Amino acid sequence: MQRIGVFVCHCGTNIAATVDVAQVAETLGKEPGVVLATDYPYMCSQSGQDMIENAIREQKLTGVVICSCSPRMHEATFRKTVARAGLNPYLLEIANVREQCSWVHKDREEATQKAIILGRAAIAKVTLNAPLVAGESPVVKRALVIGGGIAGIQTALDIADAGFEVDIVEKEATIGGKMAQLDKTFPTLDCAACILTPKMVDAAQHEKINILSYSEVEAVGGFVGSFRVKIRRKARYVDETKCTGCGLCTEKCPQKAVPNPFNLGLDTRRAIAIPFAQAVPKVAYIDPNYCTMLKTGKCGVCSKVCTVGAIDYKQQDTLEEREYGAIVAATGYRPISLEKYGEYAYGQSPDVVTSLELERLMNAAGPTGGTLLRPSDRTHPKTIVFVQCVGSRCEEDGRGKPYCSKICCMYTAKHAMLIREKYPDTEVYVFYIDVRTPGKNFDEFYRRAVEEYGVHYITGQVGKIVPENGKLLVQGSDLLAGMQPKIAADLVVLAAAIEPDPSARSLATLLTASMDTNDFFTEAHPKLRPVESPTAGVFLSGACQGPKDIPETVAQAGAAAAKVIGLLSRDHIVCNPCVATPNEQMCNGCSSCEKVCPYGAITYADKEFRMPDRTTALRRVAQVNPAVCQGCGACTVACPSGAMDLLGFSNKQIMAEVDAICR
Amino acid sequence: MTFRYYPGCTLKTKARKLDETARRCAAALGAELVEPADWQCCGAVYPMAKDEIAPKLSAVRALADAKAQGQELVTLCAACHNVLKRTNLDMANDEHTRDAANRYLQLPEAYSGETTVLHYLELLRDRIGWDAIRAKVTHPLTGRKIGAYYGCLLLRPAREMQMDDAENPTIIEDFLRAIGAEPVVYAMRNECCGAYVTMEDRAAAKARVEAILQNAQACGCEELTTACPLCLYNLRENGGALKVTYFTELLAQALGLEAAE
Repeated sequence: MQRIGVFVCHCGTNIAATVDVAQVAETLGKEPGVVLATDYPYMCSQSGQDMIENAIREQKLTGVVICSCSPRMHEATFRKTVARAGLNPYLLEIANVREQCSWVHKDREEATQKAIILGRAAIAKVTLNAPLVAGESPVVKRALVIGGGIAGIQTALDIADAGFEVDIVEKEATIGGKMAQLDKTFPTLDCAACILTPKMVDAAQHEKINILSYSEVEAVGGFVGSFRVKIRRKARYVDETKCTGCGLCTEKCPQKAVPNPFNLGLDTRRAIAIPFAQAVPKVAYIDPNYCTMLKTGKCGVCSKVCTVGAIDYKQQDTLEEREYGAIVAATGYRPISLEKYGEYAYGQSPDVVTSLELERLMNAAGPTGGTLLRPSDRTHPKTIVFVQCVGSRCEEDGRGKPYCSKICCMYTAKHAMLIREKYPDTEVYVFYIDVRTPGKNFDEFYRRAVEEYGVHYITGQVGKIVPENGKLLVQGSDLLAGMQPKIAADLVVLAAAIEPDPSARSLATLLTASMDTNDFFTEAHPKLRPVESPTAGVFLSGACQGPKDIPETVAQAGAAAAKVIGLLSRDHIVCNPCVATPNEQMCNGCSSCEKVCPYGAITYADKEFRMPDRTTALRRVAQVNPAVCQGCGACTVACPSGAMDLLGFSNKQIMAEVDAICR
Repeated sequence: MTFRYYPGCTLKTKARKLDETARRCAAALGAELVEPADWQCCGAVYPMAKDEIAPKLSAVRALADAKAQGQELVTLCAACHNVLKRTNLDMANDEHTRDAANRYLQLPEAYSGETTVLHYLELLRDRIGWDAIRAKVTHPLTGRKIGAYYGCLLLRPAREMQMDDAENPTIIEDFLRAIGAEPVVYAMRNECCGAYVTMEDRAAAKARVEAILQNAQACGCEELTTACPLCLYNLRENGGALKVTYFTELLAQALGLEAAE
């Protein structure tokens, strides 16, 4: 026989002002199986919890119903309370009579009736609750960080400093990412390399960090605590253990016409190269698309000049498999392609550049040695027009992105200010929709560009850029003046929208991590769990989760690291026992559940079954990995034979609730 | 291949050359263009007001006629094409226009946008094909540096016209390559020529045309070609710095149907 206790909370006046709590307790007390029903001003307070504990002991309760706030708020609290009294914590049900009742209703009579109905449903469910015991699974004490930009580096450093091993997998030949290509950083204008490269060196020298550069994640198996990851180490045709990074090969290689990706193709380099002077690891690699030796078998100059014999033309890709307890996605962003923006003449004129290209044109290590020269004739541009929101905040026209790229207003102000500072004879115009500069010292920074540096900010967009006789005729609109200014510019800089790095899409599939419609990774909760993916054990760092600047990226990288450390510092993980469980007798092996499972928790196994005619048959049945299952319930509704049930939320329990509500 | 062909009024008056060369070229390329006996003026400007039905009716009549014949409808004038294509979309997608037009016209069979509207350039690209044209060229326009002038109506609104990328069009450049000419890309090729403004404010239209011609010349165009009678008028009457011809005239020259001037 069930002995159920019902506890109705006033939540001060939050519930009691709209719901007659005494009447709720009295009515629910008459439900079958209920032996105790009472109300109390604050059930979550120490004395409220003591009351519940004592009642469980004294009344020998077999189930507890608490009518209070949302289970998201205090379910964990009350489960602990129940457990302290020796009752299985899953024999507790919460009826949400605050968010779903008192807060949304005005009529006291109706709200009270609704609270009673909600309580009745919870009683009906708790009657069918079974004690559940959370399982445990071991934790491999090593983390994998995918992406070696500032986000990945910071996450790795923070995890490693806590004493755990970290592998960074970076697809390029060096870590550093986009930040390594930047010139100065807002709002303090310190040089990007000066603050980034020491961190790159720290990562390289950290005894707990292992950098796998020029490598990509190829397969991910396992689950939180014990992921098995296959990593492809791409052939660099240079023995990483022998190369000293002297750079002699990169000077002697006869193939000189290779577009330099680090400078975004604004200059050239050799077929064998070290990406940039402060690269980590500082090891050369050969681009097989350009190397004469690899293409024709004739050359071998680099091999001849290498004093340590590091060149290996026969090197092949290798695959490594390693185990990790946690995975951090830090795949970053890239500017969108401007191919479709014909009206801005990008691609028609070399003097129309993106903001990232301008970073290289202003950088001391860039193709112009830090002197701002326009690409077409290497002269100093006297009139520069910046166009903001190129592809950001766009209607869905198939060219741009609906979101704000967030960083462009600040870096454009930075560019404008730096140019006016260094070349005061230059006129600088900025076309903008809105200037969005929230952030510490950000708006002050932008105002300085306008007020102290005399940058001409024009509200409006640019309609057309016409390259003509060495000039760029910019036709825009000035919405405040109601004019259509025409500016003959020498250089036009487009603030291209940013989008997730394309590698994120395939990685999300490997990780079974979800993405939004723009291919940014989704967080487990947009406000309360911003650095966790909904997939257990997968964490998010940096711009792969949404556009963000460096300070925000570093903060999020640290937050992701803290979550990883929290996970790795445990020997075992307690799993959520409310997981799907198949009834193997009813399962017909159709794979419907496997297809809908967003976490990859369901696999199939061939099992022997004793058939009614006493023969043994081999049947294909669903298996749920309880460590991976998140209890979303998608499989339970997808299953055509009703073989899948969610522990703690079985079909029977849900139906009992519905029946109680409709009674 | 037989197509319904809607010439439009201008092609019967000012732009006879466009009509004439287009018909001869189509015949040479194996496409038969059949002009309906009783077409009327399309209205020339697509009416933007939602409830304006009357100016769209003659377009609907031409579209329904093509449907009755089971043929695709080919247009040539950029303005006619714009009106017919957009009216056709309204008939397919806008319930109000469809109901009102059908009730008004009392056609034997209700029309709801079934006809495919093709511009002559689309006929060349999608039905005949550049390679087939190239094979028929007897007098390639080798060495002629020609700038395509698209104007605004031919491609826009891009979502409805769906002929080519409105900001990076290639269809006329591809055409020029097929007939052996050297296309010259210049930024102003898809800007407005001033259109009807020339009637009210000639100076404004002149300023537009001068900007277009200046950019075309700076980029190395030696002549221009266009598909729109009004563009041609403006480029000639308000400019004159460059020779401007209809693209069908160039096609006729390349096919050996007409001698180059």
